[in-house]
Amino acid sequence: MTEPLLSVRDLVVEFPTRRGVLRALDGVSFDIAPGEVLGMVGESGAGKSITGAAIIGLIEPPGRIVSGEVRLAGERIDNLPPEAMRRIRGKRIGMVFQDPLTSLNPLYTVARQLVETIRAHLDMSEKEARAHAVGLLDRVGIPAAARRIDDYPHHFSGGMRQRVVIALALAAEPELVIADEPTTALDVSVQSQIIDVLKEICAERGAAVMLITHDMGVIAETADRVAVLYAGRMAEIGPVSDVILKARHPYTSGLMASIPTLVQNTDRLVQIPGTMPRLNAIPSGCAFNLRCEHAFDKCMTDRPPLLDVAPRHAAACWLVEEETQNDG
Amino acid sequence: MSETKTPGRLYRMWDSDIAYSFRKSPLAIVSGIVALVIVLAAVFAPWIAPTNPYDPSSLNLMDGFSRPMEPNAFTGNTFLLGADNQGRDVLSTILYGARISLFVGFSAVLFAMILGITAGLLAGYRGGWVDALLMRIADVQLSFPSILIALLIFGVARGFIPPSQRETMAIWVLIIAIGLSDWVQFARVVRGATMVEKGKEYVQAARVIGVHPVRILLRHILPNVMGPVLVIGTIGLALAIIAEATLSFLGVGVPPTQPSLGTLIRIGQQYLFSGEWWILLFPAMTLLALALAVNLLGDWLRDALNPRLR
Amino acid sequence: MLAFIIRRVVQSTIVMLVVALVAFALFRFVGDPIGAMVGQETSLEDRDALRTALGLNDPFVIQFGRFIGNAIQGDFGISYRLQQPVMELILQRLPATLELAFISGLAAFVFGVSAGVYTALNRRGTISTSIMAVSLIGVSLPTFLIGILLIWLFAVELQWLPSFGRGDTVELPGGWTTGFLTSSGRQSLILPAITLGLFQMTLIMRLVRAEMLEVLRTDYIKFARARGLSNRAVNFGHALKNTLVPVITITGLQLGAIIAFAIITETVFQWPGVGALFINSVRAVDVPVMAAYLVFIALIFVIINLIVDLLYYAVDPRLRVERSAARH
Repeated sequence: MTEPLLSVRDLVVEFPTRRGVLRALDGVSFDIAPGEVLGMVGESGAGKSITGAAIIGLIEPPGRIVSGEVRLAGERIDNLPPEAMRRIRGKRIGMVFQDPLTSLNPLYTVARQLVETIRAHLDMSEKEARAHAVGLLDRVGIPAAARRIDDYPHHFSGGMRQRVVIALALAAEPELVIADEPTTALDVSVQSQIIDVLKEICAERGAAVMLITHDMGVIAETADRVAVLYAGRMAEIGPVSDVILKARHPYTSGLMASIPTLVQNTDRLVQIPGTMPRLNAIPSGCAFNLRCEHAFDKCMTDRPPLLDVAPRHAAACWLVEEETQNDG
Repeated sequence: MSETKTPGRLYRMWDSDIAYSFRKSPLAIVSGIVALVIVLAAVFAPWIAPTNPYDPSSLNLMDGFSRPMEPNAFTGNTFLLGADNQGRDVLSTILYGARISLFVGFSAVLFAMILGITAGLLAGYRGGWVDALLMRIADVQLSFPSILIALLIFGVARGFIPPSQRETMAIWVLIIAIGLSDWVQFARVVRGATMVEKGKEYVQAARVIGVHPVRILLRHILPNVMGPVLVIGTIGLALAIIAEATLSFLGVGVPPTQPSLGTLIRIGQQYLFSGEWWILLFPAMTLLALALAVNLLGDWLRDALNPRLR
Repeated sequence: MLAFIIRRVVQSTIVMLVVALVAFALFRFVGDPIGAMVGQETSLEDRDALRTALGLNDPFVIQFGRFIGNAIQGDFGISYRLQQPVMELILQRLPATLELAFISGLAAFVFGVSAGVYTALNRRGTISTSIMAVSLIGVSLPTFLIGILLIWLFAVELQWLPSFGRGDTVELPGGWTTGFLTSSGRQSLILPAITLGLFQMTLIMRLVRAEMLEVLRTDYIKFARARGLSNRAVNFGHALKNTLVPVITITGLQLGAIIAFAIITETVFQWPGVGALFINSVRAVDVPVMAAYLVFIALIFVIINLIVDLLYYAVDPRLRVERSAARH
């Protein structure tokens, strides 16, 4: 098996606040293979964005990584000095944020922002960088790129802006792109276009993608594997079709069941009762135990680790252990 | 289901974010104490001051220029902080002067607040031409520094009031002048907040039920707006105190027979070169302490009420 | 763009007219011009005759028109107190005030922006906290107190600098008297300039700091960091430019405030400028001078506002949307 591009092990991120320390991520582990698209889903506050921020080293103080490792192509990056980390950002890991309107500096032209990024990482002259930038814009689907490159961000519509953002994130040819809710702020009609652009341009360059979203539809269409986060912990991870169709964690199956489809003929929407616990009120044992209809004694006291269900498919649930015992 | 009982009201206040922030900030505590001391001293001035410097009959010119804590060569009187050029006890004058400064300051801010809040509520709630007109006036006035406006109002008032009345009216003219120069900030903030609240559902619900607009404004919208108003008010108080001191210093504030801190400083400057430093130093320190304390409190209040910084 | 300019000019003219109205009302209704001109023994009939002769019994509108006509030609009548044409008095003393205002404004801007940027980028640390402390004192200390304390320290105790007046001045062709060309002139400028500028400087510093902290929290700055741009590029290339846009405009508006605050400074230092003239005229209820000063200040403010608006337009591309709205 090839070495994973990104390897996260037992990552713990904490935020000290007045009322105590909040654990935003509590021992999250996963891998991303080169060129793979890993989806990361979960409710608001589950820790998806924090994971992305931790990987690229942009957690806002006073939050910090307390323990765990992040390795890029085998080398640790979570404990690098700021200058070394800066060189990795953009060049080896790129990031796309949610709101294209606020992601771009309104006072500078797109050309200026692109050329600046390109020249910060690649050794090119002004002219070469500009030509490269025009090519990038063209590739992400901006019509008349050579002319529009001199426009300001507010001259573009929402979807076009996000394409510019994607171009910017990929300008220095990173190996991994973290996309944090890239389509949430866009019109529905434009969302799938942007996802396609992202997927194509990354596939072309062999870049892996960590796609953070709460939209399962996007994951189903785009991702190779998917990880489900709950209350700062990983609930389930595996190939997309496996997780969607053969979910083993009750939370995941609850999620899947609650997605309304056009074919169903029901009167009521399915819901998981209760809400995700606040970070300072996570129950002992399994974080999901209060809402789970299959919970039993062990779930209340012991926290389940990720247990293998099948090769490359794991779920953090004691039910898995029960069933393997029953099977074996 | 939690078994603990809800904590008492006092405890909740003590534990609230604002009280916590106050307790944690030594600067706020110190400023609070300083401000309180000065205010109390000023309020109780007639009882704790050794003399009444505003009573011309109690003054003895021979006491003039007495040094602090040294008995006067002519009269034998000793003044704790010295005496000014007319024989007034500097300590008493500071106490009485602070009294006037605080009175003018508070009244002016109160005046500006009432004026500004009313204007802001009206403009925000009614919108339309009322809003446009008020905002035009506000814009124009904002581009002029408040000192200038206060000076102008003072000058105009002076023209209207016959000389005999000028002394008694001076304080009120001062309050109105300073207040009028400062209402705009309140109006702006209240207007903005009113417009925000106006769009919220609870206001619309109240309108649908038929609650009278004034009641909506006072009972529902106003409480939501008080936070920023308090911050501006505290800082406005500091500004008003400084404004009064400045105007008195310039000679267009309180009448010379009722000197406030500003007047004392003005007198003090004249005698700086001849060495009677106490006439300048003590009033200046008092003014500085007061303004600084109020400013710090205002700063702390602003940070404490700002949800984003928490 | 042209429409914008025309609109602003029209607005400015309206403001000037309103101010002129107020000034005229002052002129007309406050105090008694006749009383200031003739002795106490003059009979009532003679006074009334004089009134008609001077046109003071004409309808309001006509008098106002005459006032405006005169004003445009620079004729504001005669000062009650000094018995000289008001315009002459103002012009005589204008250079003193303008030189002072210019130096203090320049110093305030340069030091204010530098200190603001420094304290925004280095939020903790002894230098920052001390700068913030000094700024707090600068805001709490009334201008006149600063001036007096400076005089005490540098003129009385240390005897380094003069304590009042303008020093020796040189008269330039055109009637402008300058203090820049003599050493005593320059020395006399220092203390008043510091006094006048300190308030503005602390204001600018706090503004720049607050604005920059806001900007540093925006998404586009986060995205710039995520692209791996250097700290210099992020802080000075992006953040600073976005910070300065609102700061420059507010500073421009402060220029007007400086001219007004000069009143205080000129009083403290016995500086022979327009401000001192004004305060003396308020004390003596010398209405022509008050009215003229009012109109003058309004004119300066209006011009400054206009320039600032144009500057804003030139710097912020979002305001030029009207042209390019047609593009997409």
